[in-house]
Amino acid sequence: MALKIVKGSIDRMFDKNLQDLVRGIRNHKEDEAKYISTCIDEIKQELKQDNIAVKANAVCKLTYLQMLGYDVSWAAFNIVEVMSSSKFTYKRIGYLAASQCFHESTDVIMLTTNQIRKDLSSPNQYDTGVALTGLSCFVTPDLARDLANDIMTLMSHTKPYIRKKAVLIMYKVFLKYPESLRPAFPRLKEKLEDPDPGVQSAAVNVICELARRNPKNYLSLAPLFFKLMTSSTNNWVLIKIIKLFGALTPLEPRLGKKLIEPLTNLIHSTSAMSLLYECVNTVIAVLISLSSGMPNHSASIQLCVQKLRILIEDSDQNLKYLGLLAMSKILKTHPKSVQSHKDLILQCLDDKDESIRLRALDLLYGMVSKKNLMEIVKKLMLHVDKAEGTTYRDELLTKIIDICSQSNYQYITNFEWYISILVELTRLEGTRHGHLIASQMLDVAIRVKAIRIFAVAQMATLLDNAHLLTGNMQRNGICEVLYAAAWICGEFSEHLENPMQTLEAMLRPKVATLPGHIQAVYVQNAAKLFSTVLKSQEGSTEGTAAQETSQLMIDRLPLFVQSANLEVQERASCILQLVKYIQKLQQKEVEVAEEVSALFAGELNPVAPKAQKKVPVPEGLDLDAWINEPPSESESEDEQPKAIFAKEEPKHSRSRHTEVDEKELARRREARKQEQANNPFYIKASPSSQKVYQESPGVEHIPVVQIDLTVPLKVPGLPMSDQYLKLEEERRQKERADKKKKEKKKRKEKRSGRGRRHDSGPESEEDITPAHMVDIVTEEMPENALPSDDDDKDPNDPHKALDIDLDNLVESAGRRPLADSEKLPVRSHRAAKVAKSPVEDGDAENTPPSQEPKKKSSKEKREKKKDKDRDRKKSKEEKKKKKHKHEEKEEDLLGGEADEPVVQSEDTTEVVALPTSTNAEEAATVAATAEADSVPEATSGTAPDSDHDEPKNSELEETKSSKHKKKKQKKEKEEKEKKKKKKHHHHHRHHSDGGADESVQNGTVEDEEPLPPMSNYCLLAENSYIKMMMEDADEVCDIQGNLQDGSQVVVSVIFENKCDSLLKSMEFNVLDSLNSKLQRPEGSGPHDGFTVPFQLPPGVSNEARLVFTVQSIVMPQKMKGTLTFIVKNEDSSIHEKLDFKLHFTCTSYLITTPCYSDAFAKLLESGDLKCSSVRLEEVNMPFHHLLARICFHHHFSVVERIDSCASMYSRSIQGHHVCLLVKTSGQTVSIDAKCDEPTLLGNVLDEIKQTFSQC
Amino acid sequence: MIRAILIFNNHGKPRLSKFYEHYTEDTEQQIIRETFHLVSKRDENVCNFLEGGMLIGGSDYKLIYRHYATLYFVFCVDSSESELGILDLIQVFVETLDKCFENVCELDLIFHVDKVHNILAEMVMGGMVLETNMNEIIMQVDAQNKMEKSEAGIAGAPARAVSAVKNMNLPEMPRNINIGDISIKVPNLPSFK
Repeated sequence: MALKIVKGSIDRMFDKNLQDLVRGIRNHKEDEAKYISTCIDEIKQELKQDNIAVKANAVCKLTYLQMLGYDVSWAAFNIVEVMSSSKFTYKRIGYLAASQCFHESTDVIMLTTNQIRKDLSSPNQYDTGVALTGLSCFVTPDLARDLANDIMTLMSHTKPYIRKKAVLIMYKVFLKYPESLRPAFPRLKEKLEDPDPGVQSAAVNVICELARRNPKNYLSLAPLFFKLMTSSTNNWVLIKIIKLFGALTPLEPRLGKKLIEPLTNLIHSTSAMSLLYECVNTVIAVLISLSSGMPNHSASIQLCVQKLRILIEDSDQNLKYLGLLAMSKILKTHPKSVQSHKDLILQCLDDKDESIRLRALDLLYGMVSKKNLMEIVKKLMLHVDKAEGTTYRDELLTKIIDICSQSNYQYITNFEWYISILVELTRLEGTRHGHLIASQMLDVAIRVKAIRIFAVAQMATLLDNAHLLTGNMQRNGICEVLYAAAWICGEFSEHLENPMQTLEAMLRPKVATLPGHIQAVYVQNAAKLFSTVLKSQEGSTEGTAAQETSQLMIDRLPLFVQSANLEVQERASCILQLVKYIQKLQQKEVEVAEEVSALFAGELNPVAPKAQKKVPVPEGLDLDAWINEPPSESESEDEQPKAIFAKEEPKHSRSRHTEVDEKELARRREARKQEQANNPFYIKASPSSQKVYQESPGVEHIPVVQIDLTVPLKVPGLPMSDQYLKLEEERRQKERADKKKKEKKKRKEKRSGRGRRHDSGPESEEDITPAHMVDIVTEEMPENALPSDDDDKDPNDPHKALDIDLDNLVESAGRRPLADSEKLPVRSHRAAKVAKSPVEDGDAENTPPSQEPKKKSSKEKREKKKDKDRDRKKSKEEKKKKKHKHEEKEEDLLGGEADEPVVQSEDTTEVVALPTSTNAEEAATVAATAEADSVPEATSGTAPDSDHDEPKNSELEETKSSKHKKKKQKKEKEEKEKKKKKKHHHHHRHHSDGGADESVQNGTVEDEEPLPPMSNYCLLAENSYIKMMMEDADEVCDIQGNLQDGSQVVVSVIFENKCDSLLKSMEFNVLDSLNSKLQRPEGSGPHDGFTVPFQLPPGVSNEARLVFTVQSIVMPQKMKGTLTFIVKNEDSSIHEKLDFKLHFTCTSYLITTPCYSDAFAKLLESGDLKCSSVRLEEVNMPFHHLLARICFHHHFSVVERIDSCASMYSRSIQGHHVCLLVKTSGQTVSIDAKCDEPTLLGNVLDEIKQTFSQC
Repeated sequence: MIRAILIFNNHGKPRLSKFYEHYTEDTEQQIIRETFHLVSKRDENVCNFLEGGMLIGGSDYKLIYRHYATLYFVFCVDSSESELGILDLIQVFVETLDKCFENVCELDLIFHVDKVHNILAEMVMGGMVLETNMNEIIMQVDAQNKMEKSEAGIAGAPARAVSAVKNMNLPEMPRNINIGDISIKVPNLPSFK
């Protein structure tokens, strides 16, 4: 036997092994392919042998050949054979080969399932390891489903080597088989705390990958990761966690606040650049998500920017690159702090490293202002000239255009300059971005009316010099600009200096070499020009000239009629015939110019790119409904197989059903008219329907100020953008001088007055006025278009399937436990074995408690609701209210506390606030404002309602002042929310006003002035031990629930320990009134308090949520309450108590609800609302601040804003509509309000008045 | 996630290719060529990050590479990986190779690509980083090699002898093409613990 083996191996030793193959290939450099093909023949022979060693050797060689690009899939079966060898050596070769060349459509994969399963359970850890490694490369959905359970068992293997591989491969399994995520998640989470650092790192890795795609499902893990972050020393793990936090913070700003400190510490302490860089990155993410409201956040920004500057200045190019990369993230939210490093970034533009130059370019995008745009673009133009590689030059070109066109051409003060830049860019050779330049030219010429004269002149020059652009060969791309040039010259031909010349330029024979679509535009616009020329020539009574023009057309057009391009041909022959007819008329001396120009009368308005998509489906139109019912079966007498002809049948039925009675016809006609009237794209004949566009003060009526004459209108030849720089500089200087004069005057006047509000230096942005007032016509959107921002979601993202709710799995009393169908499939022969499911043997605490039918039913209900939620999510309706939905969802995911105010009380650290605070934000709370009358008291008293209104503490003063301060501070999400709202509002303008208000100044409306921060936290009560702050209303949770079972109001209270001792056993109690009641945990009496589920170590603050039920919401409420707690020192413990007053304002019952202007108008027309109004005197703030304040403090949303007038809307938790019309003139603000509940309205108005009297 | 790991020499000859996503052989070769084209034209003292490998991934992906003497080590990764972390990982990889092959040179990679794969498998699995600790990696690789040897046993002896004989008279196997001074680390990049 042994002899046989030795003999076999002696046979083998003259076989070619991998090394021989490699050597052979190296020795046959000239005829490599031939040599390899003989080798492959040999390999085929070897694979036919029985000896597994020979086969393994062959497979090993195949793996090498695969790397060289040879397809070896034909040997897939042999690879499987080698994989199933019992020897590790061969197994490893087999698995390696499989991992290199197997993929989902390899059919032999299904043969491997059992082999892999066997290897996974092998006693040899390396067999298992090798199988896992291989599987990670070629796992298919089938394999994932069949093996998920086995792999999950391996996650608890005794050997860490196996555990870490099993954990890591789970990510691949989740991707292929998303159903496995829920059952496997608890164990995965467990592995985060595995004693082995490798396993821990693998688990972190997997969860980070999962969370990156669907972060919100992993928010509840934040405390755990927080702990890991503070305890781990493994840089790799730290980096992953910190990156993960970066993904989580946008969803939970409070998390960010907690993170700032440890991250800052890490930044200061770590020596690893990689870690430092990721910390900086995440701090940036946090700051972005907070955007303001952090008291010391400017310090953090400064720290980041300063660290990044160090990176950028480093000689190591990698650090420089990353520094710039991170800088661009800060730029989005804190452009000011980055702008101060402009010098550094401009310097990077000159770097020899292209990657770095590109990064620096990205940064430039955000650094421009009205002031420096020209200067920066000039610098970029220099680079364009210098750049040798076309890719970098093209990148420069797109950046220049991006920079200039950003936010609606906000920074362009002189459009002539911009057109000149565009024209200069056309001189680039061989760029791919001709169409980009062309679309910019078109956009500017169409939307900026004042520039048309200049643009047309430039375009005419371009057309004249078209040969320069196209050269002999068709240089790809750049000739696209001729498309724009031809169109602009044609469309705005009335501005042409010499239309005849341009017409001739457009009809040159050379044009026929241009691409078809450009020729088509040439032909069409030649016709437009022709009409203009005719008009001028007929006017000047030179009949012959007009006839000559016609002759020119007739001579030149046949060239295009012969074009191979259908479009060109068609247009040309059509226009040719037309011109011939015109010529005939001219010969009879008929005046035709008027009629010809009527062909091209009217103005084209720009249409927003998404307009078509946004056309709402009219009410009552069901796109899926049959237009004609398919005939019922009885009617179809013909015996043709239905399956084939079913589609044709409606046609038959039509002819059969023609005899509809007159009435029915009339009714249908009426309905159709109605529908057409609602359809913005239906061209309406009746004058009444046209007024939609005509009557409203359209674009025509907006005064277009004449161009400032400091800029010469005619630039000889092609323009030079540089000259504008000088002109601009002079102009600005002049302006500045004027302004200074004015300001001096003002100062004199104001000296006696209150003093200036902003003393902006001459350099400030606002001072730079555009060279000429430019109206930028906004793009048209269909009426009633739905604002939405998620048009660009990728439906094919594999990670979408992993968007699975995991939270309640983790909490022990999960609300959506694993259903039977969710268990991982287990291989079984008999039904009896099914019982041994992974869920039951592994995670007993997570199994559905089927023995508790009561609970289960409620769980089911919730589950249903969740499903509903998900369905809703899908529906388009919901998409548009993305934010809104998000809140609802979150609430559903996390908000167990909404109906059970008892928060989990396992942890006592600061960290515990994280998951719950999530809830606070997202579950949308309504809290009542504690007014200044909340009186701090230090001494005890047992009855909760005793002696609450005698101030014993001298801190009253301080309380008041601190309250105001607090109000100005923290703002976080609310600010964000408002931004969203504003954005929404902006969107809204676009569609709601139709043609009415379509013109916006350069830039956007929102960019006025930064709003002062506001906060909804205010002091509730304070003494020397503890401070309580409460959050003023956000929103109300679960609106639907509220409408049915009374309204719930959630109050978040922050408890802050001010003393040096531990505070524990805190009990929060209020004296219920008839109207408002604190929801207490089940089983406790009406006078029992709510036990605060945490203790407070010295200096720590934490937050608790309390739920109140409120019956009537029309009146403000006050509730008295007491907080009792034990102060524990080393040697003693004292009982203490603190009284407070909760104040529920009417405002706190309002929910910010977006409303569209059409719905708003309907509401106002309905007549159900009562009216009331209020006047505010001496309001000293900009109008948008005023609106922001109302939005923020009183939960309104802006429906529409026109100049100094805005309509706002809000809704109460019980469904009352509240509408406001806010007008301002000078310092007086008048608010007209309507609401279906007059008492509520009165109170809300009072509160608004109070808000503004305070400031 | 790591999308692909490529090693090729200064002439673009592949020495190892590991794709964690399926591509056809032709596409793989094209990716290697394109990556080589991108990487090879870069100067020595520019940054080690590259965007715009059109074939792999797209905007979310980056090429992170290091150049050691005759070899380029290129990792194609998405944004969930830390750039500096991956640079460190490449360093760990090369150092591990150096330990396992005892003063590694390009020829080691040429003739023992299977071993390189095995070492890599202990570091990166299915596109995710499995282990960053060099000692741990070497320990596992050694243990597996030992197992392989014990399996070959006596039966493997003649084959080894022949292989030794084959290698003896081969002047074309100089060991002087060293991979360069891998002991020089990038400043400020302490490796992982």
